[in-house]
Amino acid sequence: MKLLSFLFTSSIGRKVLMAVTGLSLVAFLLVHAGINACIFFNDSGKTFNHAAEFMAHNWLIRSAEIGLFLGLLLHIVQGLSLTASNNQKRNNKYGASAGNANSKWYSRSMGILGSLLLIFLVMHLKHFWVVSRFTDAIQETAGSTLFDEMVVVFTDPLPVFVYVIGCISLAYHLLHGFQSAFQSLGINHPAYSPIIQSIGVGFSIIVPLVFAAMPIAMHLGWIQ
Amino acid sequence: MSKLMKLNLKVWRQKNADNAGKFEEYKVDASPDMSFLEMFDVLNEQLIETGKEPVAFDHDCREGICGMCSMVIDGRPHGPKQGVTTCQLHMRSFNDGDTITVEPWRANGFPVIKDLTVNRSAFDRIIAAGGFISTNAGNAVDANSVLIPKDVADEAFEAATCIGCGACVSACKNASAMLFVGAKVTQLSKLPQGKPERETRVVAMVNQMDAEGFGACTNTGACAAECPKQIPLSVIANLNREYIGAKMNGK
Repeated sequence: MKLLSFLFTSSIGRKVLMAVTGLSLVAFLLVHAGINACIFFNDSGKTFNHAAEFMAHNWLIRSAEIGLFLGLLLHIVQGLSLTASNNQKRNNKYGASAGNANSKWYSRSMGILGSLLLIFLVMHLKHFWVVSRFTDAIQETAGSTLFDEMVVVFTDPLPVFVYVIGCISLAYHLLHGFQSAFQSLGINHPAYSPIIQSIGVGFSIIVPLVFAAMPIAMHLGWIQ
Repeated sequence: MSKLMKLNLKVWRQKNADNAGKFEEYKVDASPDMSFLEMFDVLNEQLIETGKEPVAFDHDCREGICGMCSMVIDGRPHGPKQGVTTCQLHMRSFNDGDTITVEPWRANGFPVIKDLTVNRSAFDRIIAAGGFISTNAGNAVDANSVLIPKDVADEAFEAATCIGCGACVSACKNASAMLFVGAKVTQLSKLPQGKPERETRVVAMVNQMDAEGFGACTNTGACAAECPKQIPLSVIANLNREYIGAKMNGK
């Protein structure tokens, strides 16, 4: 364990941990968006429920879920503590600021964007994950599915609004985070970095857009 | 001679590190051909003539290579132009009637000594921790006896252009010194003479950097955008790579 203690103690090590956990969350997002996009088959959630059923009962997926939560927790705790410690490095603030002249606002606001995501995530997990894993509300034998739960949740405009805000925060968080993770891991190459950056921009736009389309489409009754 | 410009200055005045400073406003007539520091010389002469304390600011070579000048001008280290130090910034980059805000580098790792002068000895201590080679190089050897690929030599030389002014720290929202440390580590680790100590060096320098109170890198890119020597962000990736490698080897 001594070998890995730098992941919690040094400035570079802490960013390496942010990068590794961040990239694993990126991988999760891809799977999550892919499976949820099954609702767009517009078959009353038949395909989607089938996929959700598999994810809920496959032992490999359930084990990976533990790793995912561990990674998420590390990303959150490390992110908050890094932001707090970085904010203490300049006690006397500048009188004039020209932040936008040399960097993007979202790259300077990862703590705030991440916190917005966390608020969204609490609501999101309560809506679906807690209900499906820890209550008896969703059981196919009882005739109620995860798709039915989506229909119920997204009838109310408030969750739809919160989800769209969550997706916008996610887009900007990824726009910086995706390429930043590679830099933190020391991957910066004249030939490959432009490719990584393009994939990052594409990912940051497409994935949140697919996610945001779900509550909107269900609220407007396009998916039934 | 060009027509004089009438400028309003808001300059940070601070007696010493223990005193809280504040902005003072001054009016200066300056030629567009003056450098920013020459404009400050004019201001100081005015202040001396009226019996006031002149503004303390760092300067030495005034040709952009010593790394002493350190003014944050309208929120940007070394002012609005890219790839120049404060001493090479000319008043023609401003307009007649402008109000210009001038502050010191602000970072806990760079305490203010007086007015616009800050203590950058933290950088010296980072260099002393490992920014050198301790092998005895002996006599000068034949130029071609140690072969270094051109691209590697170029990369090392690009990093070696860092003048250690600290603009990277002053531009960074976390007051991080990673561009400076990255430049020094890259310069030394790329070349054969620096390779034997590369692992102990990077760990020692990063430890010192953290101990001096500089922040972590958020990869916003502000440092490279403001660097007067245009050191690229890739030196920070190289620093990360060197550091991760050294740590994985148990250093």
